[in-house]
Formats: sequence, structure tokens, C-alpha cells
Amino acid sequence: MYKIITKRELNPTVTMMDIYAPLVAKKAQAGQFIILRVDSDGERIPLTVAGYDREKGTVEIIFQIVGGTTMRLNQKNEGEFIADFVGPLGCATKTEGLKKVCIVGGGVGCAIALPVARKLHEQGAEVHSIIGFRNKDLLILEEEFKAASNKLTVMTDDGSYGRQGVVTVPLKEAIESGEHYDEVIAIGPLIMMKCVVATTKPYNIPTTVSMNPIMIDGTGMCGGCRLTVGGKTRFACVDGPDFNGFEVDFDEAMARSSMYADFEKREREGLCNLFKKEAD
Amino acid sequence: MALQPEKHRMPVQSPELRAHNFKEVALGYDEETAVSEALRCLNCKNRPCVEGCPVNISILEFISKIRSRDFEGAYKVISDSSSLPAVCGRVCPQETQCESKCTLGIKFEPVGIGRLERFVADYHNANYSGGIELPVPNGHRVAVVGSGPSGLTCAGDLAKKGYKVTVFEALHLAGGVLVYGIPEFRLPKEIVKKEVEILTKYGVDVQTNVVIGKTLTVDELFDDGFEAVFIGSGAGLPRFMGIPGESLKGVYSANEFLTRSNLMKAYLDGAHTPIMHAKKVAVVGGGNVAMDAARTALRLGAEVYIVYRRSMDELPARKEEVGHAEEEGIKFELLRNPVEILGFDDPQDRRNPKNGFVTGLKVIKCELGEPDEKGRRRPVEIPGSEYVIPVDCVIMAIGTSPNPLIKNTTAGLEVNRHGGIVVEESTGKTSKEGVYAGGDAVTGAATVILAMGAGKAAARAIDEYLSSKT
Repeated sequence: MYKIITKRELNPTVTMMDIYAPLVAKKAQAGQFIILRVDSDGERIPLTVAGYDREKGTVEIIFQIVGGTTMRLNQKNEGEFIADFVGPLGCATKTEGLKKVCIVGGGVGCAIALPVARKLHEQGAEVHSIIGFRNKDLLILEEEFKAASNKLTVMTDDGSYGRQGVVTVPLKEAIESGEHYDEVIAIGPLIMMKCVVATTKPYNIPTTVSMNPIMIDGTGMCGGCRLTVGGKTRFACVDGPDFNGFEVDFDEAMARSSMYADFEKREREGLCNLFKKEAD
Repeated sequence: MALQPEKHRMPVQSPELRAHNFKEVALGYDEETAVSEALRCLNCKNRPCVEGCPVNISILEFISKIRSRDFEGAYKVISDSSSLPAVCGRVCPQETQCESKCTLGIKFEPVGIGRLERFVADYHNANYSGGIELPVPNGHRVAVVGSGPSGLTCAGDLAKKGYKVTVFEALHLAGGVLVYGIPEFRLPKEIVKKEVEILTKYGVDVQTNVVIGKTLTVDELFDDGFEAVFIGSGAGLPRFMGIPGESLKGVYSANEFLTRSNLMKAYLDGAHTPIMHAKKVAVVGGGNVAMDAARTALRLGAEVYIVYRRSMDELPARKEEVGHAEEEGIKFELLRNPVEILGFDDPQDRRNPKNGFVTGLKVIKCELGEPDEKGRRRPVEIPGSEYVIPVDCVIMAIGTSPNPLIKNTTAGLEVNRHGGIVVEESTGKTSKEGVYAGGDAVTGAATVILAMGAGKAAARAIDEYLSSKT
């Protein structure tokens, strides 16, 4: 059992937790992920590491409440326990040798982009961050990004905060105004990462994306997280989750991510009713 | 008394009934049947059966104990050599091992050694309430990576010799392939749980949720004070064929399909892990894993085809499992090789939710040609013979490659070109001092009992290594 040390609502749909898991905290690096189960009959879900405290032995996770498992997780409070927490899995984001980087985060993906920005910032790289949200209410981690970036641009789809528009607009502007990035690192919804790649490709700026496909074991056994990268089958859990964005088949990844859409909808609706009843 | 030429029949759930439930198919002998079957043993002097057993169980002795109705004594004999009798009695391919060497088998059916082993183990688990004889601790610590058949065997053997053994399991539950791979109807998970509990009584410490190669490395295990490490990390990434359509929705590896059903209990109503309840399923492959996947899909309500490129004679799965599958109504599309998986595509409506789901498996007919290097006749495709089997789910059961996590993080550990850990066969000794390995991590996909044999050999070698060190 793994104890929830802190819990904080970042916005109405996104929650942060620190989980006591000293072995994971000791090894975790930006870009890696963990797998957790909320209860003993729960589903295994992967979540990318948002932070860690090696001294305290805690690992920070940030999740969006989207399906049955994240709803159940969000029902847990500080001091309570979750059944399983294993990691760190996957490969760390490669940051060696990077001098100037643009980090592009979208929605809850910003939670994963932040530790990468921090790591680059700490190693002395110039970090430009562009973070995008649907609206002001969904904004998260602005202060944290500000502290880890030399330049921060906040975008909202509806213009309720920062600049109005999608993240690729300021990215393209920056590139065209002569910013020379060694690399662009994009973490967010598949469609956002696809658009970032479409933006950087004409300029041939190396672009890394962090993939988050459906997984079960997360240790290189089931093959459920397979992606087509550079025409070859690759596994996000052991080969990734970071991949060369120019080579990822995003359309296929988007199609595969909706495999259980019906099941998830039923789960969500069933749980909403259940939680509503409990509240009554 | 005249000798009965056939084995006593194994009582089973009827095919009509079991096709719709996940309860165990074979029900096991009762005491009388077990004693009668034991009486078929000729008690021959040279005991060829023992040679056929990868863990060298004293078969004659345990059968003699059954004859004299000393079932607990029989259990003691088996458990001297095997750490998982209730598992082996169910999933070992006895027909190619102990039973294939049985003298009685020359003229008649061999003694049902596997069925007797199962009877003895089940009898013990149901009736034994006494304690166990704890070994005197010898002060040495050994780490075992993976709690599958090879790891559990190695851990059990060492614990019984007084070693302090810690088993590290990556998943949330101990048992490895016994819990994620082999279905409930062939090996009830309660039985695996019980076997693991027995090992913990011998002082084996099982730590779940620890991925060696990630959470801890092999070198860190030595730093932590372990004096030897056994790697039984099992099968790794599933193979795919490389044909078009393998990323469509509704295409599974057998590992994924079985893990969802077995480990995550997706077959139960109200499970939190989803699994596709397909109408028609094609399982590609002819091994035991293919049979398990096919029979699981059937129980989830599908009409199921096994697609295999050779004929019935070359099918690598156990005959008994093939027989069970046929009885349950699984159809065999033999001498067929898949060439493409077809998917739904509505060019008018990109948002049509059916887009990207499997609609069929295109196969080509084959005939058998010259034998290959292994002596199996090679399938030769017949040009122009393609046709489509309409299915909404395809399960690839064509093997796995060894797990890459440990080799990538362990300096000095030699692997072969397939990624399997290189070992000295009789001891499991690797190229790295104090590190031993066995099971699928070494051989690639094989059987439970071969993995157990490897775990056993490594336990012996580790004991010799650590005894000689002090």
C-alpha cells in the first residue's frame, strides 16, 4: 500500500498528489512514468512523473479526471492509501548537450513538461516555454513554469487568459523571428503534438514528443502500448515514452487511443451516478 | 487383475457447459480413481519416467505411496523435487515428458502421472493442516528476479536449504505467467496463491511492484547485501507478423489479451479493466498460448478460429489442449497464413466510430513442402488462394522475445542475438559473477516445467557457489 501524503486540486479537473514510494522517488527522472492501481480490483494506469522528492521519498503525480480510475483516485484523500505504485518506468527525457530548448505543453501535459523544463533550466539551458489551455479555469502550474523558464508564453483557446490561440502560433513566430532551438519538446494531447511536429518539420528542428498510449503491465510484456515509429513497431513502455516526433504515426496512435471509448463512457457515467448517490 | 489398457479418464466439465464459464475444465481424480490408476504402474526397475521429468521427481515412490493410500507421504516425495506440484500436475506436457518414457506406454496408454501428481497436490492442499519443517537459516541472502515458475522454484529450493530469499516481482501479484498468462479454467489462481503462500511459510519474502532493471538494478541488489541473484524475468515483448493492419483496433497480442482477462480479471462483470467482447475472433498461432487465447475468447462469447500455417500434425500445442479446444467448438483454419488485417474505413465520415476497427483477416492457403532445419515441413503459399475470414478481433500468438529491461541495465551480462541471457545450461550461470538465470528470459517462450527445471538447476548451482565461497 502506498500513502497519499499530500493532495491538491490544481483546477476542477486536475489533481496533484504526492505518493510515498521511496524506491521510486530515489530513481525517478523527468520523462519517466509510473503505473498505479487505486484498489485491489483496480485497473493499471500509467501516469508520467510530475516531480519527486528523494529525501522525503515521495513522487508527485498530476492527473486529469477523465475516466473511472482517475475518478476513483480523486476520491482518495491525504493520509489514505492506494493499492499499487510501481516505477520509475520508461526512459528519461534526454537533455544532455541541449543549450536552447522550446518546451510546449498542452493541458495536463504541462504537468509532465514541467520537470523537463526544470531539468533543462537547472543544467543551464535557455528554456522557452509555451503552455496552452482551453480556458483560464483550466490553467495550471503557471508560477512553476515561470520559475523554470527564461521566457513563458501562456495561450488559451478562448482568450480568457494570456494570448488567444493555439500553442503552435507563438512557436512558429519564435522560429521565424530567428530563435534557434536545439530541440523542441512537446507534451500534450496527440493532436497538439501532431501540430507541433507539423510546425517544426519545415525548419527541421529536432522535436521530441512524449507518448501516453494505453498500457497494462508497463514493463515490456503485453505489447498494448505499441506505436508505429519510423515505420517500425515500437513499445512506449520500454522504448519510450519519448520518441522522435517526425517519425511517430500520430493518426494511428489517435485511432488506437479510442479503442475502449465506449467502455470508458459507461464506466464514467456509472461512477458519476454512484458518487452522486453517495453524496445524497 | 487384468491391466486396464487406458488411463482412468479425467472427469471434466462438459464442453457445452464449460464454453460459457471460466471454471476449471478438468475436475481431478477422486481417491478411488487415483489408487486404481496408481495400480497400473508396473513398478519397473529402470524408472525411465524420472529421466523424462525436468525436475526429476521420484515418480515411482510417489505412485507407490498412493497405492498404499499414504497420500500425504506421496506429497512429501513430490515436494522434495518440485516446489509447485499443484501447478505442474495441471500444466506440464506430461505426454512428451515423464509419460512418454513410461514402460506401460509401449503397449498401452502410459500411467497418468500428471493426473496423479495433481491428485496428490490437491489432496494435500485440501487436507493438510500441520506445520512445516523449517530449515536452519544459513545466513546467506539470495535475490530472485521474477515470481514465475523458474523464480518460485529457485526461491523454494534455496529457502528449504536455509537461504534467506527475497523475490522481486514487477507486477502487483506473484506468479508470473501462472497468473497473467495461463487462464483460470486451466489453472485456478487460488492454486497459484496457495503455492506462493507455502513458499512464504518457508521464509521466502515476496516483494511485488519492484521492477529489477528500473526500480533497482542487479548491481544494487549486490550492494544491498544479496550474495547471488537469479534472473527469471520471463517472456518479454510480443512478436507481430509485420503485415498491414496490425495496429487496427481489435488486434491484440496474446500476452495483452490474456493479461487483461487473467491478471486484470476483465472477464468478470464489473471489472475495471476493459476487454473486447468480440463476435468473431481469429487467433494466429498454434501453441499453448494460442489455445489459451482462443478458449478465453470463446468464453467471452465469440466464435473462434485458430489460424495456423501448418497442419494438425505440426501443431505445437499439447494434444490435450487441442482436444479440449475442438470439443468446445473452436474451428481450426489450418495451412493458412495471414497476409493482411482489414479494417473499417468510412471515407465519407472520418468521425464514424467504427473507423479503424478490424473487419477481417485475409489469409493465403499453404501446402507443406520440404522439412526445415528443425525437421518440420515448411509451409509453402499457394499463389492466388487468398480469401478473407470475417472477424472483428485478431489475436497474435506467435511468440515473444526476452524482456529487455535487465540486459539494458546490467553491465557484464552477456545476451545472445535474440536478447536471451547466455547461460551455462547445467547451472544457469551467466557471464556475470554471482548471477544466474533461467526460464523464458534465457530460452524465449517455452514451458512452465522447463522453466522450473532451470530454476532448480540454478538453485543447486547457487548453493554450491555460496557454500564454496565461505
